[in-house]
Amino acid sequence: MYSTQNILLFGLLSILLAPIAGGLITGLDRKLTARFQSRTGPPLMQPFYDVAKLWGKERTTTNVWIAFSAWVYVTASATTVFLFFIQSDLLLILFVQAVGAVFLCIGAFAVPSPFSQIGAQRELLQIFTYEPLLTLVVISMAAVTGSFKISDVLAYDSPLLLELPLMFIVLGYALAIKLRKSPFDISASAHAHQELVRGVYTEYSGRYLALTEIAHWYEVVFVLGLCALFWTTNWMILVPLLIVTYLVEIIVDNGAARMTWRWMLPTVWFTGLGLSLVNLTWIYLG
Amino acid sequence: MFKKFIEKSQLKSPWIVHLDCGSCNGCDIETLACLTPMYDIERFGILNIGNPKHADVLIVTGTVNHRNKHILRNVYNQMPEPKMVVAVGACGLTGGVFRDAPNVVGGVDKVIPVDVYVPGCPGKPEAIIDGVIEALAKLAELQKEGRKKK
Repeated sequence: MYSTQNILLFGLLSILLAPIAGGLITGLDRKLTARFQSRTGPPLMQPFYDVAKLWGKERTTTNVWIAFSAWVYVTASATTVFLFFIQSDLLLILFVQAVGAVFLCIGAFAVPSPFSQIGAQRELLQIFTYEPLLTLVVISMAAVTGSFKISDVLAYDSPLLLELPLMFIVLGYALAIKLRKSPFDISASAHAHQELVRGVYTEYSGRYLALTEIAHWYEVVFVLGLCALFWTTNWMILVPLLIVTYLVEIIVDNGAARMTWRWMLPTVWFTGLGLSLVNLTWIYLG
Repeated sequence: MFKKFIEKSQLKSPWIVHLDCGSCNGCDIETLACLTPMYDIERFGILNIGNPKHADVLIVTGTVNHRNKHILRNVYNQMPEPKMVVAVGACGLTGGVFRDAPNVVGGVDKVIPVDVYVPGCPGKPEAIIDGVIEALAKLAELQKEGRKKK
């Protein structure tokens, strides 16, 4: 369909453009959330101001592992997006993404601060919760299209959503956990109104906090990209589908209270694995 | 150009950490009231971040005494530069009605440098928001001076 050079160029462009898109989505998210709470909210560019300010702050870290982990996290997330846009193997992409997510925890574990430690443990539980779901989503895509390659998924001529509607809901759970939305903002919350304050982010400061934020933007783009794979045949449906999905996440975020991991793990696994089982059986029989 | 954007961003995104140094809770309630939809400090990019390692502005309420002055200094030292300090309420400014008590050190400025003083007993939410904005105005002045030096 495309030449190799074009695809590589597209991948490199995505590394540059994904943080901009991720930042704008985050800005829009904060603005909409504020409107839902009848507040005016911050300007659309606020996430960029935050990151630039953090970048310019004095560099203070407890130890070198935090800096190292922050850089690995952002590199892994950028690689995830790059691999996604050069239409690589979905399983490979998932593994690279998991490396980044785990390094965020390793950095937090490198410091004896209790906030950071508990935050990292909860973050690991969150990864533990959504990784099987993401893997199942990818496996069911392969079950329908016959390949883990994104290029083959794109070449498939009917929308995946019609065959995997339940898997889209499963992906919605993973998206909510990945975006740190209530009721899943267990390891760290954007607004620090919880007993763990900043959780897994506690010990990242200044430039390294900015790096984790940029890595988060890459992840937002990646997970939305996964959602986009569900309707690749028509842009006119794909874009509204993504907008509606994200809007539902924001509404759930505003309507739900934060829960505990003891609730999250069984609930998400039970619903996620149950829905996957139904959907995969249905494909297998049909 | 990137440096200019960072300097602009420093004025646009002041994250606050709020420390109660033995206040009667009056000023604390007024500070937290700033987060409500009525005052909505997120308009100015202000977030109550609750972690000194992430914060740019330290809001201190209440009298400083011999026990908590160490905590105040510790929190201040954990904040990376550039940082601003806003003292809120009569007690934070001078020690208020407790200034003659034997255990009281006095105002916040006896322990750490204070940039903006917000008077009142308690300080009004509007005044506290204004205090943070004043701190930003001071930061803008400092940025200008820094540019002149170079």
